[in-house]
Amino acid sequence: MSETEWTPDQPIVSIKDVHKSFGDLEVLKGVSLDVMKGEVICIIGPSGSGKSTLIRCINALNDIQAGSIQVEGLEVNTTGLDKLALRKKVGMVFQQYNLFPHKTALENVMMAPLLVLKQPEEEVEKRARALVKKVRLEGKEDSYPGELSGGQQQRVAIARSLAMNPDVMLFDEVTAALDPETVKEVLVTIKDLAAEGMTCILVTHEMGFAREIADHIYFTDRGVIVEHGPPKTFFKSAKDPRTREFLSQIL
Amino acid sequence: MLDAFQEFFRELAQTNPKWNFIYLYDPVQTERVLTGLWMTIKLSVICVALSVVIGVVGAWLQGSPIKWLRMLVQGYIQFFRNTPPLVQLLFFYFALGQFTPTYAPDGWVEVPVISNVGWAILSLSFFAGAFNVEIFRSGIEAVPDSTKEAADALGMNRLQIYRYIVLPLAFRVSLPSLNNNLVNLVKTTTQAIVIAVPELLYQLVSIYNDYSTAQNACMVLMFIVYIVLVGILVMGMNKWERGMRIPGYGQN
Ligand SMILES: Nc1ncnc2c1ncn2[C@@H]1O[C@H](COP(=O)(O)OP(=O)(O)OP(=O)(O)O)[C@@H](O)[C@H]1O
Ligand SMILES: [Mg+2]
Repeated sequence: MSETEWTPDQPIVSIKDVHKSFGDLEVLKGVSLDVMKGEVICIIGPSGSGKSTLIRCINALNDIQAGSIQVEGLEVNTTGLDKLALRKKVGMVFQQYNLFPHKTALENVMMAPLLVLKQPEEEVEKRARALVKKVRLEGKEDSYPGELSGGQQQRVAIARSLAMNPDVMLFDEVTAALDPETVKEVLVTIKDLAAEGMTCILVTHEMGFAREIADHIYFTDRGVIVEHGPPKTFFKSAKDPRTREFLSQIL
Repeated sequence: MLDAFQEFFRELAQTNPKWNFIYLYDPVQTERVLTGLWMTIKLSVICVALSVVIGVVGAWLQGSPIKWLRMLVQGYIQFFRNTPPLVQLLFFYFALGQFTPTYAPDGWVEVPVISNVGWAILSLSFFAGAFNVEIFRSGIEAVPDSTKEAADALGMNRLQIYRYIVLPLAFRVSLPSLNNNLVNLVKTTTQAIVIAVPELLYQLVSIYNDYSTAQNACMVLMFIVYIVLVGILVMGMNKWERGMRIPGYGQN
């Protein structure tokens, strides 16, 4: 049985002892974490520690060798995975925005609901316009990605992902490619989302933001979760020397 | 008016026997030129369309996870790219033509299901198609994996990603090379003369075989027609290229 009954009192994303290797290189060495519905968690850690790999595994962009990942009870680590069912639950935003350059902002947002969910165009357009407004890009509907700033593109990417009505959003260093001035506008958008109760899993280097927004922080190093906790205790009284060293470098 | 025009060229042929524009005053020859021109246009349009389809499908198959399919496409490309189109035409018509079934439309005379025109279309389309596969493939390779991954993460399937993301972007990259190849194809249609396809070159050669004084005039017409035909194609392709240009993307 790949889909078990899921109720909102259970973790919406449940990761258990996940192992992932690229060839001989073991990148995730037994990672476990649970995310409850409406929670915002931040994953931090040094470069190469496996943060991207971990969140890519959640929506099956990477496969795993061992362990279990369940999203609303749907087991991701099976050969017969209903990918579409997973895609409807999980949205993802990438560091490099990855917008479709030949489509306007509005078309980028409308594409998946039209093609994948086969919803009627009128309804999709109405929702897409509302989403563009929500990410504070009113007036940019007809601009092509190449005509938008990085921060604006990233917000279109967030709207595009939201158009599929996901229950969980994954953000992989979505501000890492942005100028310091535009970072804030994207963070505000994510904060709005979190405030509305969207379950968010973020990989980020923005410690101030993580402290402000996260319900829980996970620190990864070399493929394992070294330490985790709510931001208050995590930042004040990290126990593991690796966490301390990382925090001292970045803060 | 028309009479005066015809009269002028009739006289020109008389005074300058090297310049007999016979197709401008002899209605029978005019008719031959026009049917030849029409055949050339048909051949060009059909082959261009078919070769583009072959290119798109071939490039899609080259990205297939099935190894023997990829090898098949590779073999096809090698064969058609590395052999002369003239030889291909002869091979298709005379060699393969022997093995195709025949039928009798009037109940008496057996004719092959694929005529010489049919073979010319097939042969030329596959010839240009082989190049188109390569052209589209390089365009497809220029589409970043991350863009495809984003589409995948939105739930699009492989075909949708190909149709709505990869192809439109790949097309834009491929257009200049496609342009060149299609120009080549239109010019190569003249080689269909070797299997007696009654296109323009065939008709003009027949005319100057019948009227040797018309040879220069026929050659001149040949060049003019091809300059105009290819000119129209290039203009269309350039317009298409401009129409597909994306604001803020690539070099513009
Ligand atoms: N497709 C791949 N093939 C082979 N190795 C990979 C692949 N993707 C990632 N890796 C390796 O896996 C390790 C973890 O990479 P990952 O991208 O998850 O790190 P990260 O924590 O996100 O780092 P960063 O902060 O730099 O983004 C790295 O050593 C990387 O080289
Ligand atoms: Mg990363």
